[in-house]
Amino acid sequence: MDAADGAAERGFAMMDDLVFKAAGWLGLALLALVFAALAVDTPFAVHMVIIAAACMIALWAGVSRADYAGMARGLLRMPQDQGVYDDDPVRWGVIATVFWGVAGLAVGLYIALQLAFPALNLGIEYTSFGRLRPLHTSAVVFAFGGNALIATSFYVVQRTCRARLAFPTAARFVFWGYQLFLVLAATGYVMGVTEAREYAEPEWYVDLWLTIVWVVYFVVFVGTIVKRREPHIYVANWFYLSFIVTIAMLHIVNNLSIPATIFGSKSYSAFAGVQDALTQWWYGHNAVAFFLTVPFLAMMYYFVPKQAERPIYSYRLSILHFWSLIFLYIWAGPHHLHYTALPDWAQTLGMVFSVILWMPSWGGMINGLMTLNGAWDKIRTDPIIRMMVVALAFYGMATFEGPMLSVKAFNSLSHYTEWTIAHVHAGALGWNGMITFAAVYYLVPRLWGRPRLYSLRMVNWHFWLATLGIVFYAASMWVAGIMQGLMWREYGADGYLVYSFAESVAAMHPMYLIRAAGGAMYLAGFLLLVFNVWATLAGKVREEKPMTETPYNAAADRPLASVPAE
Amino acid sequence: MAENRRIDEVTGTSTSGHEWDGIEELDTPMPRWWLWSLYATIVWGIAYVILYPAWPMIHGATEGVLGWSSRGQLEAEMQADAQRRAPVMNAIAATAIADLPAKPELMQAAVQGGAAAFRVHCVQCHGAGGAGVKTLYPSLTDDDWLWGGDLATIDYTITHGIRNPDHKATRTSLMPAFGRDGILDAGQIADVVSHVRVISRQEKPSASSARGAALFEANCAVCHGPAGEGGREVGAPKLTDSIWLYGGDRASITATVTEPRNGVMPRWNSRLDPVTIKMLAAYVYSLGGGEKAPAPNPAVASEGSGTEGLGADGQR
Repeated sequence: MDAADGAAERGFAMMDDLVFKAAGWLGLALLALVFAALAVDTPFAVHMVIIAAACMIALWAGVSRADYAGMARGLLRMPQDQGVYDDDPVRWGVIATVFWGVAGLAVGLYIALQLAFPALNLGIEYTSFGRLRPLHTSAVVFAFGGNALIATSFYVVQRTCRARLAFPTAARFVFWGYQLFLVLAATGYVMGVTEAREYAEPEWYVDLWLTIVWVVYFVVFVGTIVKRREPHIYVANWFYLSFIVTIAMLHIVNNLSIPATIFGSKSYSAFAGVQDALTQWWYGHNAVAFFLTVPFLAMMYYFVPKQAERPIYSYRLSILHFWSLIFLYIWAGPHHLHYTALPDWAQTLGMVFSVILWMPSWGGMINGLMTLNGAWDKIRTDPIIRMMVVALAFYGMATFEGPMLSVKAFNSLSHYTEWTIAHVHAGALGWNGMITFAAVYYLVPRLWGRPRLYSLRMVNWHFWLATLGIVFYAASMWVAGIMQGLMWREYGADGYLVYSFAESVAAMHPMYLIRAAGGAMYLAGFLLLVFNVWATLAGKVREEKPMTETPYNAAADRPLASVPAE
Repeated sequence: MAENRRIDEVTGTSTSGHEWDGIEELDTPMPRWWLWSLYATIVWGIAYVILYPAWPMIHGATEGVLGWSSRGQLEAEMQADAQRRAPVMNAIAATAIADLPAKPELMQAAVQGGAAAFRVHCVQCHGAGGAGVKTLYPSLTDDDWLWGGDLATIDYTITHGIRNPDHKATRTSLMPAFGRDGILDAGQIADVVSHVRVISRQEKPSASSARGAALFEANCAVCHGPAGEGGREVGAPKLTDSIWLYGGDRASITATVTEPRNGVMPRWNSRLDPVTIKMLAAYVYSLGGGEKAPAPNPAVASEGSGTEGLGADGQR
């Protein structure tokens, strides 16, 4: 009798809980619709409708998946199996990475073609370069890269802590909340909603939403580390944690702004003039540091030793390069403002810290590459290892080029030219792209319980298409950048400029074509990944020749017997 | 930790004794070249921040023992260049613009300097080669001038601009909006257009053009001249040639008569020094359509284009 009462009480409590949650989502949806009705500009209204729709989807998901039979009988839902890792958000994250990767790379190719053929702007604002460019950068950095980071961090932190994710519901909220952020950001760019801060374009309400999502992400990650069953925290988790903490700080400070009205999408920065510029580039450079370098090194620190089946090269190096990297990177931002209104002393410090950053950056490359010590043969036989090696090589190149370009003498030539574009893409396509592809290829068969990837030879094709694509891209933009820089500063013997700006634009045309060709190759390689991942998920395995075969000579495979003389 | 250490067979190096999900760490010492390179960059950094402005203080920042500043560097470079160019600049400043062609070397220098200034200030409208933009901005490469094509006149036009409301000496005039303001009705405009197309030899005379001739005489001739030969005092274009800034087909001329553009060019005396303007004038003059200065005796002045300027053989 008592037991039955208890069960009924539990059942009511669970039902109450569900009703409260559903009412909460409904209330939020209605609130968003009120904001949409009161909106002073159309994009804000559109965004509020999107938010209302997201709330309704959350409501539907909560109500339709509830275990009503269990509640009626007052049974607690069976707790999830503590003996397996919580990989659902990781699986969704991998799929989201692939999806946003296609979008980001395709938009990138399109705007590359716009630069060569301006008619592709189509004469309407929605498809103009100015709006599609932040769509491209955010899609590749925050959507493709961000999803890869959230997915791999959830995967790696569980395995290296030997513990399930601390707050499963919160982890799911992080994934879906982040997708909502991406949708709001992307649609905002196309509608012209922007703070005009590079890599921080979303407006105030989207920033607030991302802040909430990010804090929850922090709680899930730290909670998992706290409940770890290992005595030490693995180096990959140091890197992931510094990424989450620092991005939160950068995001909040750089986006401090005052909305013109809470019913509109426009806001004004809390900073003005050169302070605003410095805040922006303190953020901008550290987005490169703490979004595109540090957490990708975390991926490297897990997936390279796993794929190579070798120990990390040097524990001491990982300690020293981690601390020196995060200490130095945060000061390097002013090198984006050489020869501007920024005071000389700040420019000097930005440059000096950037140059000292060179070796700490290379520490990660050394630790990654030298981990292959004892497994070098895998570069020949394993295209995934090959991708990792090329990723680290481009990481090394980009982190040498970065300090070099921060030196004023180089910067005065390279600044505002395509050289910067070459530098960024050597890093983004070479380092971030390749290490992410390798991680996706590593994860997919393991996450979906497949014996292996659909095709390893297709990975090899992807590798070559991507590598050649990067070479075309970076080489053409290096040439273009140096040509621009030299044309802009070319003075005749009589002391006058030799070229007009428009002439330097016209001279870029062939370089823009080569760049677009490189981008197309890179995209083509990525489409092979999409197919390969899809086929692996569908349970297909391609019959193919293995990547290497040990030669076998049947004729020689016999004993040497003495031949009787004739 | 120590108890889990083992020697890695491949490298012969001890592990750190940690292990996560099968990943171990070797206890390899940091590569010496890496460590020494790091030290070297730090030493270089310390030296650099002593030599150059670097550390923020309460009032201002350390200035660095070299006393370098980016403003100072720019100032020094600009001065050095100004000094290098001073002889030529002074000579151009001291020469009346009309006398420049008599000093070929100076003229050459002025054309070069003008070309550089043109690339910075003028190409946005007039195009990189000065060919203009059809239906928007006039070409400077032909000998069809709105306000006059001799050196002093070009210099005046650049100095004072065209239709600058804030400037008294600016070149100005206003073609009435015959259609918009109802001065002529649609039929009359069509007749005027017919006449204009007849005198520019694009159409055969017709009844419409005959009616238009009378309207032209009454409304247009005061600026464009009785024969449509144009009037440079008011920047009224010649209508008898085949050069049309806003288009010479029927629809374009109709649009112009209905609602004229009355184009504007900024005056440059508020932004450029007189020597630069003089050089710009020399450059524009050299583009192909430069005209001789009108002779002091008006009886001798020939109508049409004098073609003795630099490279001023006709463009058509």
